[in-house]
This record gives sequence, structure tokens and C-alpha cells, in this order.
Amino acid sequence: MVKSTPPFGFAIKRDDEKCIRCQACARMCSNDVHAYDAEKDIIVSDSTKCVGCHFCEAICPTSALTVERTQSQYRENFNWTAEVINDIKSQAGSGGVILTGMGCDKPYTNYWDRIVLNASQVTNPSIDPLREPMELKTFIGRKPDRIEMGSPEGPKLETEIPHQLELEAPIMFSAMSYGSISYNACFALARAASDFGTFWNTGEGGLHRDFYRYGPRTIVQVASGRFGVTREYLNTGAAIEIKIGQGAKPGIGGHLPGEKVTEPISETRMIPAGTDALSPAPHHDIYSIEDLRQLIYALKEATRYRKPVGVKIAAVHNVAPISSGIVRAGADFIVIDGMRGGTGAAPKVTRDNVGIPIEIATAVVDSRLREEGIRNQASLVVAGGFRKSSDVIKAIALGADAVYVATSALVAMGCTICQKCYTGKCNWGIATQDPYLTKRLNPEIATRRLKNLLRAWSLEIKEMMGGMGINAIESLRGNREQLRGVGLSEMELKMLGIKSVGEAW
Amino acid sequence: MRRMEVDRGGCSLFGMIDESGDRFSGAQAINAIAKMQDRENGLGGGFAGYGIYPEFKDCHAFHLLYDNEKAKEYTEICLDENYSIERAEPIPTRKVPAIKNPPLLWRYFLTVKETKANGADIGDFVVNTVMKINGEVDGAFVISSGKNMGIFKGVGFAGEVGKFFRLDEYEGHAWTAHGRFPTNTVGWWGGAHPFGLLDWSVVHNGEISSYGTNKRYLESFGYRCTLFTDTEVIAYLFDLLARKHGFGFDTVGRILAAPFWDEIERLPEKEREICKALRMAYGGALVNGPFAVVVGHSNGIVGINDRIKLRPLVAARKGSMLYMSSEESGIREVCQSPGKVWMPEAGEPVVGRLEGTHG
Amino acid sequence: MKKIRIREKYCMGCRLCEIYCAVQHSKSKDLVKAYRGEYPKPVPRILVEEKDYLSFAIQCRHCEDAPCIGACITGAMSRDPKSGAVLCDENKCVGCWMCIMMCPFGVIGRGKEKKVISKCDLCVGEKEPACVKNCPNEALVLEEE
Repeated sequence: MVKSTPPFGFAIKRDDEKCIRCQACARMCSNDVHAYDAEKDIIVSDSTKCVGCHFCEAICPTSALTVERTQSQYRENFNWTAEVINDIKSQAGSGGVILTGMGCDKPYTNYWDRIVLNASQVTNPSIDPLREPMELKTFIGRKPDRIEMGSPEGPKLETEIPHQLELEAPIMFSAMSYGSISYNACFALARAASDFGTFWNTGEGGLHRDFYRYGPRTIVQVASGRFGVTREYLNTGAAIEIKIGQGAKPGIGGHLPGEKVTEPISETRMIPAGTDALSPAPHHDIYSIEDLRQLIYALKEATRYRKPVGVKIAAVHNVAPISSGIVRAGADFIVIDGMRGGTGAAPKVTRDNVGIPIEIATAVVDSRLREEGIRNQASLVVAGGFRKSSDVIKAIALGADAVYVATSALVAMGCTICQKCYTGKCNWGIATQDPYLTKRLNPEIATRRLKNLLRAWSLEIKEMMGGMGINAIESLRGNREQLRGVGLSEMELKMLGIKSVGEAW
Repeated sequence: MRRMEVDRGGCSLFGMIDESGDRFSGAQAINAIAKMQDRENGLGGGFAGYGIYPEFKDCHAFHLLYDNEKAKEYTEICLDENYSIERAEPIPTRKVPAIKNPPLLWRYFLTVKETKANGADIGDFVVNTVMKINGEVDGAFVISSGKNMGIFKGVGFAGEVGKFFRLDEYEGHAWTAHGRFPTNTVGWWGGAHPFGLLDWSVVHNGEISSYGTNKRYLESFGYRCTLFTDTEVIAYLFDLLARKHGFGFDTVGRILAAPFWDEIERLPEKEREICKALRMAYGGALVNGPFAVVVGHSNGIVGINDRIKLRPLVAARKGSMLYMSSEESGIREVCQSPGKVWMPEAGEPVVGRLEGTHG
Repeated sequence: MKKIRIREKYCMGCRLCEIYCAVQHSKSKDLVKAYRGEYPKPVPRILVEEKDYLSFAIQCRHCEDAPCIGACITGAMSRDPKSGAVLCDENKCVGCWMCIMMCPFGVIGRGKEKKVISKCDLCVGEKEPACVKNCPNEALVLEEE
């Protein structure tokens, strides 16, 4: 039988008139796509190896390169797409699980694109954020249902407010482990979060020594593998997040291939160098909700109740009752990661088929917690494919306190979502530990770009809020009156808890 | 189909109190609000009077609006079950040509039956009754439910509505009044202001952009927003914050019209901690959007503006009298030479207190 | 004076600095024309040194106590009073190559066209040196010393 090789996905188009044979493309490509042929004085490109990361295109000084998608090699078939055919052939060859990176790329409905926002006209003046205060300050943590003062006009505050995370805007950097991404990428996230006044998350890779000084702006994660978890680690962070699941791969654990476990990774994660870092699917000490409660309080004891302790779960069918249980188990904040969440490595079949969209999850969790009268007890942070400021503002209006972004942060740093993170050959120096590649991510530039992103989105959110006649984010939180659904079924509108476009108050 | 009616600006409001407790005729409130008639469109007006039922001052005076007899029958059965009805009668009115097709208007003076209360907080008990009738009895609406006070409102210019209800024949120590400018061509009697719950009455000029947030926040405390207007939330917020959580009006003002973060940063430490804690815990009670409100309660009246003062509110004092109005003209109509006249700061409440009371 | 600081940890070894330096000092000053049309091919005055993943670009350091100035027999090599850069006057240079032998960094080269030396001139006259402007990773920065 002739070995069937799936046709490749990208084609390098080189404008020979513009190519000056500087060989930057050949030198830079980590997948060895380009090579200089000295005899013929041309650069030869082997498109079969191209992953579509566009680094060569970006570095070419004369813009002579274009990376294109090849035309489909098979006849058009809605059901048997090229991807499906290729995957079958690949599995027939390897007998293994197909891995991929980043978030689900399949055409499930994106509800953010089916929700529109309000604006005030005539009867209620819209507010100009460039001239009037527009407040995005957000607090994450357990809040009391009421405040007691010494007397009605209260010069004295008697209720003790549990510790909160204070954010300048309702956007934080989501968990990406040191190991899945490079030292420089972590550095940039930590610095940008600290400078801007928000938080970043260590992910399950532990916290590198060099980043301990960013502790006050770091959320440290305790995941099923417990990598890097020591008392010092817990006390260095500003908050602790117990990771039960993540949106890209609900129900399974993480996997960092041994090749990516270099000396510094080994030291930070506290595992031998070169071994695969396998996070088990469940926490082997959490088999039920009461076990979770035990862990939450163990962590609170270890940090003397001075840090908010939260729980991160993937958005699944029963996300509402599970969330209720988690809040009652003592979590100070709860993180829901939707099916569009990204990852460094996951089986493609899980990434694309398991989990539910974060839009619906946000709405049902917020509604359920309010119904049970426990909404104040934990802040709701949502994650999973937030691409623009309008996605963020819609999430707040549905009921979230804040939003976690990761893929957007990586794109800001250079990522082009080629989905090959698991190979460790990221040309942009982000999802790799290869020192030759990590040099390419200048943390100064990356920090600047991340801060720009946060700033840009904050300004846009302020514009939209001002348009609605709102000048404080707390008046937008859960304010579903400001949303309307476009092209949604009755059931979808009901799940989201919003009216259809056309309906007035 | 009843549609949500949101006031489209240009409303007028008025409030006055004699802090010494002396009572005066409702005619003053009628004259003041009528002076500002340009701000109305004749589709809604109303008044709240305090101290008007001295003989029944310990009973809850329920003012009810019925669309039909059936609603009245059903409601009376409900009330009879849980309350002793000291007196039940139609609310006295006089014919005013401009006021057409009034619904059935009745008032009941009620005391909670001991056996039914079962040790529950009386206030909560009455609130439950109100929520129940408004939510479940088709065509019946409780307009006011406080002690020794009553709300009178309907479709028409406020001045006409006042005459219709013969308010010139009542005497109270505090009055508030409101004239509306709603958009729906068919006004609904229940949709006019003031809105009331227990002793609270609210007259409101503005539009609440945070309505969705406030509504869901209140729902988690058991309040149901059923009166098809955003003003409802202000009445319930006062009930929650002042009655249930025991805050004074300065603090309530600081919650509803919270100071900005950059102002809070500049406060002395203790105050800063308090303001921060209030914003953190009571974010859902922050009212965004333009508003001027005058809230009446058993011990006085309070006027507040939104945090960036997008609606007018003028206050004045003369002797033991305190006045609040959308326009100074309303005040001058009933008080020729007030002592002090001022415009309160955004978020700073103007408080009129009956002598000898706190709040 | 303003000098170019080399930040080795950010150098990717792409050698774009070499390209842009050469173009800046070419006749046409156009990327494609300089490389495809001109003869001889333009030569950069900056060089990327590499070993495994360590790399950095080095050019004339415009030393305070420049040995090349001392070695120059004709006085062609001198310090420009305004920019502080060490510049070579091509009219005076006789191509004796003494400066090349004296330079401790090995950053002076022989010109391809004429018998004169070729080295970094800090792109005097331009807003900023071409290598600094075009390094994609900010591995070269112009700083006040």
C-alpha cells in the first residue's frame, strides 16, 4: 500500500523580484522550511514543513513572503473535510492521540457576536469618558451581605471585609504555566500586570524565583500535579487558585513533554529534568465536594486567611450546581473556563468537543448564585476566548465580576495561533524553552504591548459604558437590561437571561 | 399589554416638611407642583402625605387601586386573612373634568393579626403582603402601605390629580408631589409617582441606567419589582438600606450616589476605609443614570441627586420648614421669602427630620 | 555622547542590522536596488557574532581613547566634535590598514570599492542609526553615555 501523506496546509509564496537573499527567513525558521542554495543563489522553501506561524513573513525586510493556505487538495465535501480525512490518515499511521494547541477552532456559535449593547439617547445623557470619571475598579473576593457601622452615621466600620484583590480594570491574565510558555513570556505578563494594576496567574508550573518580587500581583495556582507548591509559594502570591479543570480540556490533566522540562523548569516545578510533567486528571485528594472544602480551608490555614482562595473549573453541563457547591465550600472566587479556552497541549478531540460556551455558563452560574442568595459570597471570574473589549463588557453585563484573558495576551506578544505550541518550536519565543527561540521575545517589548492591550480595551470599555449612561462598573455588573440578543432562539435567550432585540424595557 | 414606563426626563418633583411636626394643608403641595406644570405632559401626577391619618396612626393604611370588582374581592379576602380591617372605604374624590376613567380606589386601615404574624418582623410581613398582591392578584395594586401616611396618584396633571383626591382637605406635616412626562400615550394610574412601600415614598425625576443591576440585586433580598417602572428600585433600596440594614441617610446617599474613587483616595483614612467597604459590598445598590429623588418616610423627607448631578434639585429653609423642588419657582409659590436657598451637591442628601427623631 | 548599547540577550541572530547598515551606506539606499542592482554589493559595517544560541551585533564602539585615531598616519581618523563619533575622512585615508590592526574589537574592515577603510559612522546626519532603527527585537539601543 502506498503510504498516504496528508497534503500540507500552507504554501510559501515568495516574490522573487523582492527577495534580496538576506537569508533571515532561513536562519529564523525553527521548522527548517527555508534554505539558501548557494549554487543557484536562491532561497528554497519546503512548504510541507510550514506550520503557518508567519514569523518569516514578519521578519522579511522587503515583505517578499506571503504564507498562504493551500487550496484544498480534496474535492469539496461538507462532511468529509480535508481536516477530517487528514486526521484519520494520521491516526492510521501513528495509532496515537492527535494533539493540538490553543483553543477550539470549530464553528460553534459565538454568542458574544449575537449580543448587542444599548446606548442612552435623549432621555438619559450618555457620559463622555474623556471628560468625566469612568470607573472600572473591581474587587475580587468574598463580600459581606451587609456592613455594620458603629452607629447609623457610622464613624466606625465594624464589619471585617475579607481580603480582596484590587483591579484597575476587570481584566486579568489567565493561567499559563512556566513550561508551556517561556520565562520571557512570564516575565512580560508579571510586569504588565503589576504596572497596569491587575493580576497574572502562574498556571500549574509554579513560580520562578525571579518572579517572587511580583508576588503581590500574582495569583498562584494549585493544580492536580501540585508542581512547585510550597508554603512560601502560597504566601508569596496575592491569591490562590485551585485548578480543578480548564476549558480547553475538561476532565483531563496537563502534559508537558520531557523535552520542554529544562533545568529552570525542573527547579521551579520540583521534578527531575527531562521527565514528562504529567498532571493527573483529578486532584487525587479531591474526589468530592467535601474534599474540596477541606483543601480550600487547608490553604486558608496555610496562608493565615490573608489571601482569597478560589477554584477554577471548566464550563460543563452542570456548571451551575457545581459552582453553587464550590461557593458553599468556601471559595472566595470562582473561575469558569469556557470551551474556547486555550492550552499548550491537549488532545484535539477533547479540545473541540468537550465543554460549553462561556457566554451561557456565565449567565447560568450568575443566575443560579443569585437565586440561592449566595452571589455576594464569591466573585465570578470568567475565561475562554475573550477576543475584544466588547466580549468583556458583555460578560460583565451578564453577571461576571472580571474576565481572564490568555490567548489575546499571547497574540499581543506575537502569537499567530498556529496551534503548534506542543512542539516547543514556537518561532515567536512564547511557547518554547529553546534558548535560541526564547531570545526572540524581548520582555520589554512584550510588556509594553500587553499594557497597550489592557489600556486600549479599558478605553473601549469606558466608551461603551459612557454610551450606556453608566459611570461605574458595578452598575453594569449583571445588568442584563443593557443587552439584547440578535438571531438567537427563544431557548438561547432564556439561557442567557436577556431579551430579544426589538423589545424595550 | 402593560409596557414598562420609564420617565423621559422633564418631570417635576416637590417636597416640603414642617420639622416641628405641625400639620398643614395639602393645598400647598398642589400649588407648588402645579406651578411647574410645564415639566409635565398630563399623563401622571401624584402626592404623598405624612401625618394625614392621626386617628388611625398605628394602623397600616393600605391604598389600593383596582382595575375591576373581582380584583377588589380577591384582595379583600387576602387582607382579611392576615389583618384586622379597622376601616375600609373608597378614597374620597371630587369630580374633575380632566381626570377620566379612574379605577376603583379604596383604602383600608389594617393591623396585623398576632396569630398570623407569628413573631415575624411586622415590616417584612407587610412587605410580603404587598409583594404578593402586586405580583399575584391580577388587576390589583397596592399604592401605599405605610402608617399614618398615604399616596394619592393617577393619570392627569399633578395639580388636577391633587384636586381630584381632595388633598386640600387633608393636613400633614410632610408632603411630596410629582408630575410626570411618560412616553406611552396611555398612562397607567399605577405608574405615576410617588412609589411607596411601608412608610417609604419616592418621587423621581430621571432614568436609571443601572436598573438591571439594581433589580437583580434587590431580588436576591426578596424584593420583587412588579410596578413596571425603574423608580421602584429606589423605594426598595431605601427600605433595604435604611430599614433593614439600619443605615443613616448620609450613608444611604454614599451608597446610592457613591463618591468617585479619586475623591475617596483623598479622604482621611477612617472615612476612606468606610467608603471603600461600602462600594465593595453595596455595588449592586449604586444607582447610575440621572436622578433627583425626594424620599418620604415616617421621620421626615430626604432629597438626593445622582453622583454627577444630571437633574435639578433646589432646596430651601425657612424657620422649621424645609422645601425641595425641581425648580425654585415651586418653592417660591408657597414660600415667598425663604431664608436659605441652595443647590445640594451631587450625592449629598438634603435631610428634613421631625424634631426628636433620628435618621 | 550618544552611543549604541548592545543587548546580547535580545539578539535573535537575524542579521537584519547588517542588511540595513549596508543599505544605508549604499548608493541607492533602497533595499531591493542595493542588493539586486548595485555592484559591488553593499557591505555592512556591523557584524553579528554567533556561537550556538548566543549572538550579538557589534560595530565600532567609538572609544573614548580610540587606538585607531592614534594609529592613523594621515590623520584621516578623527573624532567628530558634534556627535562624538570616530569618523574616517575618505579623502585622507590611504589604505595603510594600521587602524584595522590596532582595533581591539576588529570592527574596521577594508572597503570593497576604493582602497579606504569601512566602519560604523553612527549614521551621522540621520535621526538614528539604521541598525538601531531596524532591529526587530530592540537588541541595539542608542543611549546617552
